[in-house]
Amino acid sequence: MYEFFFVLIPRYFPFLLEGAVVTLELSFLSMAFGLVLGMGVALGRLSGRKWLEWPLAAYVEIWRDVPLIVQLLVIYFTLPSIGLTLPAFWAGVLGLGLNLAAYLSEVFRAAILSIDPGQRAAGLSIGMSRLMIFYRITLPLALRIAIPTVGGYFIALLKDSSLVSFISVNELLRNGTIVISNTFRNMEVYMMVAIIYFVMSFVASVLVRHIEQRLTPRHLRRKQRSGKALTARPAVMP
Amino acid sequence: MSARILTTEAPAPGVPTAETVPAKPLLQVRALHKSFGAVNVLRGVDLTVNPGEVSFVIGPSGGGKSTLIRCINFLETPNAGEIMFDGRLLCREEGNVFKVEPERILRAARSEMPMVFQHFNLFSHRTVLENVIEGPVMVKRWPRDEAIAHAEKLLAEVGLADKADRYPDELSGGQKQRVAIARALAMRPKLILFDEPTSALDPELVSGILDTIRALAEQGMTLIIVSHEMGFARRLADVVHFIADGTIVESGPPARIFDNPDNPRLATFIRSILH
Repeated sequence: MYEFFFVLIPRYFPFLLEGAVVTLELSFLSMAFGLVLGMGVALGRLSGRKWLEWPLAAYVEIWRDVPLIVQLLVIYFTLPSIGLTLPAFWAGVLGLGLNLAAYLSEVFRAAILSIDPGQRAAGLSIGMSRLMIFYRITLPLALRIAIPTVGGYFIALLKDSSLVSFISVNELLRNGTIVISNTFRNMEVYMMVAIIYFVMSFVASVLVRHIEQRLTPRHLRRKQRSGKALTARPAVMP
Repeated sequence: MSARILTTEAPAPGVPTAETVPAKPLLQVRALHKSFGAVNVLRGVDLTVNPGEVSFVIGPSGGGKSTLIRCINFLETPNAGEIMFDGRLLCREEGNVFKVEPERILRAARSEMPMVFQHFNLFSHRTVLENVIEGPVMVKRWPRDEAIAHAEKLLAEVGLADKADRYPDELSGGQKQRVAIARALAMRPKLILFDEPTSALDPELVSGILDTIRALAEQGMTLIIVSHEMGFARRLADVVHFIADGTIVESGPPARIFDNPDNPRLATFIRSILH
């Protein structure tokens, strides 16, 4: 116990935190990439252009049907053989982002399709352009629908980013295994790693809920909050 | 609802109608065709609307009423024919080729003939005030404070001054429709299209909307109204167009259409609806 608190933590915790910072960088960059690409793919598939629909649908299907770890290994180890060598970190961002975008495109597509076409008609009927209707009406409405799901994907991403330790990115989990190979204290170190992941995910979920609230018009907030309390705390059986 | 609703450079009250002065038509539709797949919804519709005129479009459901007014502002793109609005051809036949003006021109035209929908179609993520200023600020590029001042005046005139900060789903159907009318008026339109404006309302809310529309008509606004409110059409219309099977079967002043229908189809329709 003494050794854990006064030797292990001071010596290795900063190293683990460095890894956590890399985990956050990976997550935010892949998220940004995934959001932009996912929205692009969704819009492409909704544009009604046949030559776009087929390849985009194939991309979404393939990337959702192959394990993420395999995608990462392919990007990192086989792209160099066709002359495309990426540093491990960026291979990780590319792999995580491409995978996330495949899922997010479906979330965005469903959200956009769920919007009443009357909203668009109303925009057109006062002379708004299609682009204006998109960013003034369709996008805010779709985001409001998609945000909880997107937030869930972000939290999953924070944790799934640990997979890039397989392609030698020095993020939280990999730094943890490095510490273990030096100290052979796997229980304590994995515990620290787990706690750091938990804190990051927990903060992220609080943040997501905050954003969700901000995007909800104020007259609906109370309703939604009480609804949440109901799902979060099921009635206790007597 | 007797307040003046048009606060802008609208035609003066008591605008000359088609009978007194041969005004230049505000809207002229010729031989308009529209089909959805194999279904021919409009098969050559001709329609003329003069400034200040209140036109009702009536007819059995499926006859093409809504499609007609959705083609007039190009929410639906027609397949053939000609639409002239405010001296500008929006679509035409050249030889055998049907040509539609570019989107930029259509947008400008739409902003001068906004539509009031059956299901209101208020922007659900925006407050009442934001709904009304969206067009003036985003489309007409008016300064925001000017647009807000104008919107507040319009909302007061439709009796909703105290609802400016509410969201659409906090309002009753009648209130929503009055916001939609204010949103249309905020564009300082030349023509307002009404697509069954009272069909989705509870019966006790209908008369409020009809009063608001009547106030617009009395102040000289040009209106095209698709409606099933026959009593209302009889009292307010300058011209009634009866449309069935994709063509205008008969047009005329309400007295002739309702009391002396010579066309048998029209007579049957009037009987069925006034029974």
